[in-house]
Amino acid sequence: MFELIKSLTQTYGPSGNEKKVAEKIKNLLKGKVDETRTDAMGNLICVKKGSGKKIMFAAHMDEIGIIVTYIDENGFLRFGNVGGLPQLIIMGQRVRFENGTVGVIWYEENIDNMKNATLEKMYIDIGASSREEAEKMVKVGDMGIFVGETVLQNGKIISKALDDRLGCAILVETALRNVETDNEIYYVFTTQEEVGLRGAKTAAFGIVPDMALALDVCDTGDTPNCKPMSVKMGKGPTVKIKDRSVISHPEVKDRLIRAAEKANIPYQLEVSLYGGTDAGSIHITAGGIPSGGISIPTRFIHDASEMADMNDVENAVRLLCEFIKG
Amino acid sequence: MMECGELLKELSGISAITGRENMASEKIAGLFREYCDDVRIDAFYNVIGLKKGCGKNPRSILVTAHYDEIGLIVTGIEDTGFLRFDAAGGVDPKAIGAMEVTVHGKKDLFGVIGAKPPHLIPPEDSGKAVKMEDMRIDIGLDGEEARKLVSIGDMVSFRTVPQKLLNNRIAGKSLDNRSGVAALIEILKELKKLHHEDDVYVVATVQEELGLIGAFSTSYNIKADLAIVIDACHGDMPDCPSDETFPLGKGVAIAVGPILSRKHTKEIIKLAKSENIPYQIDPEAGDTGTEAAAHSVAREGIPVILLSVPTKYMHTAVEMVSVDDVVATGKLAARYIAGRAKD
Amino acid sequence: MDAYEILKKLTTLDGVSGEEGPVRDFIMSQIKDHVDDLVVDNMGNLIAYKKGKGRGPKIMLDAHMDEVGLLVTQITCDGLLKFHTIGGIESRVLVGKRVRVGENGVPGIIGYKPIHLQEKNERTGAVDKKRLTIDIGAKDRQQAEDKVEIGDTVAFAYDPVEFGDNKLMAKALDDRVGCAVLIELLKGSYECDVYGCFTVQEEIGLKGAKTASFRVMPNVALILEGTTCYDVPDTKEQSMSTRCGNGPALTVMDRSVIVDRDLLNLIVDIAKSNNIPYQYKQTITGGTNAGRIQVNGTGVKVAAIAVPCRYIHTPVSVMDKNDFENMIRLSKKVLEVLPKAWEEGRLSNSDENRAINLYREQGGIEHV
Repeated sequence: MFELIKSLTQTYGPSGNEKKVAEKIKNLLKGKVDETRTDAMGNLICVKKGSGKKIMFAAHMDEIGIIVTYIDENGFLRFGNVGGLPQLIIMGQRVRFENGTVGVIWYEENIDNMKNATLEKMYIDIGASSREEAEKMVKVGDMGIFVGETVLQNGKIISKALDDRLGCAILVETALRNVETDNEIYYVFTTQEEVGLRGAKTAAFGIVPDMALALDVCDTGDTPNCKPMSVKMGKGPTVKIKDRSVISHPEVKDRLIRAAEKANIPYQLEVSLYGGTDAGSIHITAGGIPSGGISIPTRFIHDASEMADMNDVENAVRLLCEFIKG
Repeated sequence: MMECGELLKELSGISAITGRENMASEKIAGLFREYCDDVRIDAFYNVIGLKKGCGKNPRSILVTAHYDEIGLIVTGIEDTGFLRFDAAGGVDPKAIGAMEVTVHGKKDLFGVIGAKPPHLIPPEDSGKAVKMEDMRIDIGLDGEEARKLVSIGDMVSFRTVPQKLLNNRIAGKSLDNRSGVAALIEILKELKKLHHEDDVYVVATVQEELGLIGAFSTSYNIKADLAIVIDACHGDMPDCPSDETFPLGKGVAIAVGPILSRKHTKEIIKLAKSENIPYQIDPEAGDTGTEAAAHSVAREGIPVILLSVPTKYMHTAVEMVSVDDVVATGKLAARYIAGRAKD
Repeated sequence: MDAYEILKKLTTLDGVSGEEGPVRDFIMSQIKDHVDDLVVDNMGNLIAYKKGKGRGPKIMLDAHMDEVGLLVTQITCDGLLKFHTIGGIESRVLVGKRVRVGENGVPGIIGYKPIHLQEKNERTGAVDKKRLTIDIGAKDRQQAEDKVEIGDTVAFAYDPVEFGDNKLMAKALDDRVGCAVLIELLKGSYECDVYGCFTVQEEIGLKGAKTASFRVMPNVALILEGTTCYDVPDTKEQSMSTRCGNGPALTVMDRSVIVDRDLLNLIVDIAKSNNIPYQYKQTITGGTNAGRIQVNGTGVKVAAIAVPCRYIHTPVSVMDKNDFENMIRLSKKVLEVLPKAWEEGRLSNSDENRAINLYREQGGIEHV
């Protein structure tokens, strides 16, 4: 499982550029599902056929990053955000472009208060000494991702892009375990979640499932002096009750709780005050699709070093398998 | 058949927190059954009543009013038994200090949101609003007992007794938008007396307060060729812009603006004039913040009329409406439906 | 009329969001002899169908007809009109402007307290929109009510002016310039089916494009726009968005969309190989109908091409005629090349008919 997560988290895939991640997942599931297709937004949809209920699981392939908007005559890059970037933690981070070019984010040094250090006042240095030299390495419109190694320590995984390659890994692993069921299962790897839950919309429209779950990460309330939140890392995957995008459908939520209790899987109830997931766009697609979610409690979301507990990941896979059997 | 004021009181007493309307969908369905040919509850707990028309080729008119209400959601249970919470829908933290509530746990529990006595508030804090994350609900139980009865995600509603006031006005919780639901029933009552050709779907919708969610599924599933939305608009108050608020008792507010069908809106204004039904014009330059925004872009697009009941003190536990305005809203919509010209 | 004349004519018409009728009527008169079918949907979108030769994807071309404006919200006892803005208008551009009110175009102006009478803080502070009113010269409420109604829309009253080096100043270049390009495109003939959609209510939340794309269920969509441009002194180069005269601007990403990478690359290749100047839009703010159309159905491959327009959302927006002409050249070439590129799999789309089949299953109207 760790190797799977490592391989997925280290693959390049900012929003709108998820092809490499999709390719990797497609290969992992080759021969393990009955049908694989890609829609116009790049969503990868893997189907395990069945005659029962149509159940859709969504995990997003895209990660946050930056987009180059301008290259100045000295070869410095100006950039905008792809997804939600907390400006204070990106300073000094490394970014990597699809072709491997690495850059460092820094800021114009005449800023007196770091609160005023908006993205407009930052730049990326790729070590180029002129516009011409820079343009050989990077073009306007290219996207970069944050650099962050994947490490396993004390049963915790530390890496960039756990949001949401963890969800992808959980879906891949669940599909590979191939639980016996009549239900038709759609393993959907979505695109452009970080910029507005976009891919899930078209994927769900093409499936119109009876119910859907989003597999994603959620914040925790277990770090020094953090905002109060009942969810703790390592205490089990969450059954989503509410986030900024959705209040889970009561039947979907109850089905998840039943599944967890039946198989004795630890779980926590999640009410997230911030953030949304694909469930938010799936449940208003077409005539409405009852939706809910499972999240992995994750610290430092959207940083280049996110942290989660491997036990939560394993238990999420077990919970999904149980949910499938219904 | 219940008189409109009594109906409003009853509707105000129902709890249907946004996202968990399954608490009340049967009750609403029960109110519709008296007047409809068919009533069903869909997968999202939208309550859909159908009153068939007598025309040979009836068109479908969709009339929606949301029945969800704002409330609170339990986010944590402390070892001392106090409950932490967050808003479900747009709750103003200033309006919930020292408030009685009902916690919908394994059973309904009485609770109270406390407030610090003025003696203990340090002077530097006295001018500040209290944040929701600093408030707790006190259900009078210790942690162990509380956890047996309450779990994270349980909903909390405001607890209040509807008040009948001067000039046929009523104040209570959830009148945004139970007065809309009452207007739906007024429409059904009125249609019983009238001859109407078109099929009328009256729908009490869910999750409006979370972003028009019930409206999206309703207008996608029911292929209507006209939609009428009934919701609340702001009643007039000192200190508020006079072109965005409307006096109570002066009739239904008919919205005019870019997302609304100019043609149908003109017709209904004309009808209100000729039938002497009191009305006011509600200019809406944006997307109105109502279900009209969902219906107008549903599928290939549905022409929409927006009627609003002026409501004071919106999103508090003492929302106030005039019963006469609710009756006027129902009457106007029903007459428009019955007299609707063939295109 | 040639395309440029049509553009100028279009900018003289009023079409504030929700009241696009005059613009739509004129466009219909210009295209009716060049298309196979025309439909006006419930929202007021004008959808023109041009049958192809059965090759390539189904293409939607989008240009929005509406412009920003005002809505009358109250008539004061002095006969002045209070208003709200429809779409994004800065209050500082409203002072001292000429407007037309309602269907009959009643002339009016937006006045403000003279500088002599302003308090000190009023002189330096921003104008409060709520304190501005439209004056139609009425002597009292009753006389005003004879001429206008609450709910009337208000448009800027500015005629186009050609000036300087190939520059055109006009109101509503966003997006009459897209409409003019689209009219010109519909006069050509193509191998793929083309749906020219003149959409409504873009400025108040990309609304018309939602229902138009739902009805058309395209595989590919090109959004034709007038976009922000601020190549004026004292602006940092990275903040200019686009530059007037440097060619049509291509969007990579904005707040509404990340465009399809394959389609964008194809357009860039076409521009290069035909020596058509182009530029990338360098800011990622704002949104276009591309965002709505991309997530329609099972997804649509979208790209946005725009004429850079200085001072958009004011009555005096400015564009360069060459950009307009190059935008026509570029988009025409794209339509010519697309069918072949599609068949060669350059846009890698694996389930092109799923959307339309689902649409039929779910009871969609058979389209134009």
